[in-house]
Amino acid sequence: MTDILAGRALTDSTAVARLGKRHRAERRFKCYGLAAIFSALAVLAVLLVTIVGTGYSAFVQTYVQLDIEFRADAIDPQGTRLESDFRQANYAVLVRDALVAHFPDVSGRRDRRALAGLISSGADIRLLNMVLRDPSLIGTKRAVWVKASADLDSFTKGQIPRDVPEDERKVSDLQITWIDQLAAKGLVEKKFNFDFFASADSREPEQAGVLGALVGSLLTLLVTLALSFPIAVMAAVYLEEFAPKNRFTDFIEININNLAAVPSIVFGLLGLAVFLNFFGLPRSAPLVGGMVLALMTMPTIIIAARAALKAVPPSIREAALGMGASPVQTVSHHVLPLAMPGILTGTIIGMAQALGETAPLLMIGMVAFIVDVPGSFTDAATVLPVQVYLWADAPERGFVERTSAAIMVLLAFLITMNILAVVLRRRFERRW
Amino acid sequence: MSPSLLFIVLLGLSALAYYLGRTKALRAAAGRGDGRLHSLPVYYGAYVALWVGLPALIVVVVWLVLEPQIIHLLLSARLPAAALGLDPARLSLLIADIKNHALGGITSTTLSPELRGVADYFSSLRTAGLIGMPVLSGASAAGGLMIGWRHINPTFRARHAVERALRIVLIVASTIAILTTVGIVLSLLFESVRFFSQVSLFEFLFGIQWSPQTALRDDQVGQTGTFGAVPIFAGTLMITLIAMLVAVPIGLFSAIYMAEYASPGFRSVIKPVLEVLAGIPTVVYGFFAALTVAPALRGFGEGVGLDVASESALAAGLVMGVMIIPFISSLSDDVINAVPQSLRDGSLAMGATKSETVIQVVLPAALPGIVGSVLLAVSRAIGETMIVVMAAGLSANLTANPFEAVTTVTVQIVTLLTGDQEFDSAKTLAAFALGLVLFIMTLGLNVIALRVVRRYREKYD
Repeated sequence: MTDILAGRALTDSTAVARLGKRHRAERRFKCYGLAAIFSALAVLAVLLVTIVGTGYSAFVQTYVQLDIEFRADAIDPQGTRLESDFRQANYAVLVRDALVAHFPDVSGRRDRRALAGLISSGADIRLLNMVLRDPSLIGTKRAVWVKASADLDSFTKGQIPRDVPEDERKVSDLQITWIDQLAAKGLVEKKFNFDFFASADSREPEQAGVLGALVGSLLTLLVTLALSFPIAVMAAVYLEEFAPKNRFTDFIEININNLAAVPSIVFGLLGLAVFLNFFGLPRSAPLVGGMVLALMTMPTIIIAARAALKAVPPSIREAALGMGASPVQTVSHHVLPLAMPGILTGTIIGMAQALGETAPLLMIGMVAFIVDVPGSFTDAATVLPVQVYLWADAPERGFVERTSAAIMVLLAFLITMNILAVVLRRRFERRW
Repeated sequence: MSPSLLFIVLLGLSALAYYLGRTKALRAAAGRGDGRLHSLPVYYGAYVALWVGLPALIVVVVWLVLEPQIIHLLLSARLPAAALGLDPARLSLLIADIKNHALGGITSTTLSPELRGVADYFSSLRTAGLIGMPVLSGASAAGGLMIGWRHINPTFRARHAVERALRIVLIVASTIAILTTVGIVLSLLFESVRFFSQVSLFEFLFGIQWSPQTALRDDQVGQTGTFGAVPIFAGTLMITLIAMLVAVPIGLFSAIYMAEYASPGFRSVIKPVLEVLAGIPTVVYGFFAALTVAPALRGFGEGVGLDVASESALAAGLVMGVMIIPFISSLSDDVINAVPQSLRDGSLAMGATKSETVIQVVLPAALPGIVGSVLLAVSRAIGETMIVVMAAGLSANLTANPFEAVTTVTVQIVTLLTGDQEFDSAKTLAAFALGLVLFIMTLGLNVIALRVVRRYREKYD
């Protein structure tokens, strides 16, 4: 009977056609799935390639070698050799003289200014620091590598093309001939941009670095960790191990779950209204930023910690209680240490979230332009993602590559933290 | 003494108290002959340490919280009569000036001799505070040491006492979540009420004109500010819709492929990689949208003769959609996996192909969970800030054209609150009203999503 039916079904041409159609639909459907996955991966790849592609050039910086004559009459005309006199001296003159020595036929105010525009305005500080370190330089002539200005830097990196009309690029034809002459003498070189990691923000792209933001992020995260980790672990322990099942604990649970879904900017509003306006804490401070981020990450850590505590089998608790340990001893000596790898994994993931968070920090004034590296928890500071935001808004061409470079630094930290979390989980995860 | 140094000192004192308590308990036990104690020696140490550390810590925290308020009150009482007539904003500016003067900082105006007297008074208060806080907390630590020390004897139930204190600390820690929610609700409500005393609720919810610039001086004209938030809500809705049009198909198809077709090896590689999308900071997406996607769309628009704004809703929405993909894919993956295998087996046994099984059996069974995950993703998209701040516009256009610039609730909150302005103006208060709307919307979506998911779970467990 079945054989007859099967035979008929297979010979029936419309049924065969229908089956083929259904199988084609099946293959199509599978392709949609693969296409969806690969389109998401493609966007991720494009994102990363764009960031790295625009950012890697910020790790090198163009330097120009100049024969600086440390003239005594410019640095220390009275011959006092006092630090205060060194600080008042005009080092820009020395830079300009060294440039003019290369191009003696440059005259006129505008051309001289264009010539001086090749060198970063931060070169003065570098010369000052050299003199402060070694006053015996005065009166001698040294070859010094000084930073090129942001425009020259962009030009030598090929970001400002040579072949566009002069009025459409920031480097004039005259400046290009000077650059070419300097380069022909081997006086223009690209070196590793150490200052990018050693200096704080600046209005001049070639002098701006991420150190200030890195230290700000570190201070902020320290506050976040110090507040959120103990409180979240204690809350999780209470809810998972001690809390009676009643309305009150239900209410706490609902609150935690809802807080985990509240948009981060709302936490910023809370920080502004409560911490700044009500308690009068300082604006832009890592202390306040850390407190806001702690409130934000606490639900994440609580949820992870509860899952880790739940994974510890009840037999452990029963054995400890059976040996005469009190409930508190059972938890603190046995359950909590066994759950710790899971809790730490959740904490690292929460910290990584806090590190990448921007919006709530804008609300409490961490967007200020800050040239100093913050020294304490109450100094005005900014953090890495906010630095990215600030530089992304800056109009200067040189900040584009620096924004991407700052993003690369940020992503490097996030990747490290996540790898740490994965390693921790692999290494210490126990299957019961 | 600075608070952080004081904390360290208190920590040191507690450690010392721990050692003292433990030693005393051991000695007392040894003196009794049989060497027996009710609790382990550590509990006696911990008991004394708690008596020393906890009250002193509470004193410091309360002091730090109350000090600014008390100083403000005392200074206001000392101000000359003329200053008391000032409105609160100017009064606080004056007080800030006085404080700056006392601390040797820069003041916005030169102070009159009377006010200098107040500044001197402030310096003396500050000195008193700097001395008073350590002294008071030190006194409470000493008192605590005395009380704890006297309680210790071999029959004292130190473990019970310590565990009771610990339990209270645990309860306090878990109520922080409630306090945070209460803090959010109260701060948003309080400021919103002040906003709605200046602008009517009806205008805010149904007005179609949003220009929050208010006049700084009374004689300025034309800057009265209108607060009709409909264009903002419409903009938020449009960007969210675009994001969902990207995220729902891609996320859902990825989830179906992962759950039904992918080999375990493929799955174990691709799933974490997709979740990288959720781990990238939103400011990076914002930069990507502004630097790459928006110019690309603009160039494409020029190519086909469309006028695309450089801060178009489309660019922000597309990038936000990419960010949302992993939320939908991993949540949907979970719910699809939770559909019992017997349903699939039944369908396959009836001769259905795999895709027919997925479409006609698995998806309907998983639908509530998928709806829940989409709602969670919508709430995430509405609350997302950095992408729209960097890639969407600032001006509130009421338009249905995705190629034009629109603004969103979060963008307006950021632009209203970053920048220099008086805190009490309608402009800054409007940000809190928008924040309240945002909070209510996301909370509502979450509650609904969790309900939907929970009801579904009950059906199959």
